[in-house]
Amino acid sequence: MNTTNRTVVVTGIGATTPLGGDSASTWEGLTTGRSGVSRIEEEWAADMSVRIAARVAVEPTEVLSRPQARKLDRSAQFALVASREAWADAGFESGAGEPGTPIDPARVGVVVASGIGGVQTLLNQYDVLLQKGARRVSPHTVPMLMPNGPSANVSLEVNAQAGVHTPVSACASGAEAIGYGIEMIRTGRADVVVAGGTEAAIHALPVAAFANMMAMSKNNDAPEQASRPYDTARDGFVLGEGAGLVVLESAEHAARRGARVYCEAVGQGLSSDAHHIAQPEPTGRGIAAALQNLLDATDLTPEQCVHVNAHATSTPQGDVAEIKALRKVFGDRLDQVAISATKSMTGHLLGGAGGVESVASVLALYHRTAPPTINVDDLDPEVDADIVRGTARALPEGTIAAVNNSFGFGGHNVVLGFRSV
Amino acid sequence: MAATQEEIVKGLAEIVNEIAGIPEEDVQLDKSFTDDLDVDSLSMVEVVVAAEERFDVKIPDDDVKTLKTVGDAVTYIAEHQG
Repeated sequence: MNTTNRTVVVTGIGATTPLGGDSASTWEGLTTGRSGVSRIEEEWAADMSVRIAARVAVEPTEVLSRPQARKLDRSAQFALVASREAWADAGFESGAGEPGTPIDPARVGVVVASGIGGVQTLLNQYDVLLQKGARRVSPHTVPMLMPNGPSANVSLEVNAQAGVHTPVSACASGAEAIGYGIEMIRTGRADVVVAGGTEAAIHALPVAAFANMMAMSKNNDAPEQASRPYDTARDGFVLGEGAGLVVLESAEHAARRGARVYCEAVGQGLSSDAHHIAQPEPTGRGIAAALQNLLDATDLTPEQCVHVNAHATSTPQGDVAEIKALRKVFGDRLDQVAISATKSMTGHLLGGAGGVESVASVLALYHRTAPPTINVDDLDPEVDADIVRGTARALPEGTIAAVNNSFGFGGHNVVLGFRSV
Repeated sequence: MAATQEEIVKGLAEIVNEIAGIPEEDVQLDKSFTDDLDVDSLSMVEVVVAAEERFDVKIPDDDVKTLKTVGDAVTYIAEHQG
């Protein structure tokens, strides 16, 4: 066995998103072009410049038991819901090594990340401190707000003992987590890894802060049309929440237990912009480098790449920089690449985005269908590429690959490659 | 007015149910918080704070460690309530 370059496959998926409480309903929403964006009805939003967001379709408290839910930050609740789906979807009945699941816990890892961590817990408990006093602050506050909380809670659920990790890179966190998981298996540290991203930041403070960065759409009167990547009228992202996780597994381990394989997780390409703490680098230099690094580090070929799940958050600058980068690397071949911006439907899940969009990429290959980008009524002439608009599109037969892009404030660029089997 | 032992048991049962999801009728004097009622050390702090508020009693951290069973807590609260 070559322990330094093992093939990694995806054997399970799970999600809870603004489009649905699981990956099937999310995929249905993605392929039918449904928007998950609505008005924020809470009182705190009344005076905000941004009063729209993409809430999860199914409250996690409807799924988790009350005692369990009260000890988890909302971001960990999402991760737990998605991990249960992904783990069962991979064919595991219980935690690793427990009756019904005869796999070695010492070979199971978890890498789940968020961009912001347990921000709602932090803010809510600060309110408790001020209003009711120190004695009333929940003893669960630290495990709830720590950014590694979701990852650690998933590890308890699946009995993962090979390592629990949380790479934090703002809106690239979920993708970086999956890349880390792929590497854990490729290099021989683990056989099975639950990986992905989660985020729960729809709260007055993050909304006010993002709004003041001029990063968010203020299209409050038409929530379902607010997230419009590549359209000339785009004016920023719409904040979403939820989680998307995949079960990664060594191809050998999956074959040995006869697991259903969705696709291969080929690898990751990473780079950093060193340009600005929050602005995208306008030429797409760093993004192109990350994509090139993916192609150089793996046997993925540009010819195989027929689909890109773009980062495309619906900001004026970022969407164009990403297309420039794709053009730089793929050249004329980009005209044969079906590009989808699923944030047009889910909103931007920040650290959860890379997870949910990896689930979307996996299903795009599995069903050979590229989801549409909705709300592209007037394509920005600077977007020189084949955007899947309006309705879903069939992807070709044969060996095909999907590229999933995620970028984060701080200049983090993460590009993941998935390939049909 | 001080709560009776019966009232204290009932109150603790409601608190443990809220925090750990254990049915109220299972919260009996001989039950261990940790071993029988799924109340770990962090959740025990929640139980204590809720009990302090409900029964007008102060339970210092050092004393919390001595409260192993529901009966221990009931006795402590009965003796210390204001």
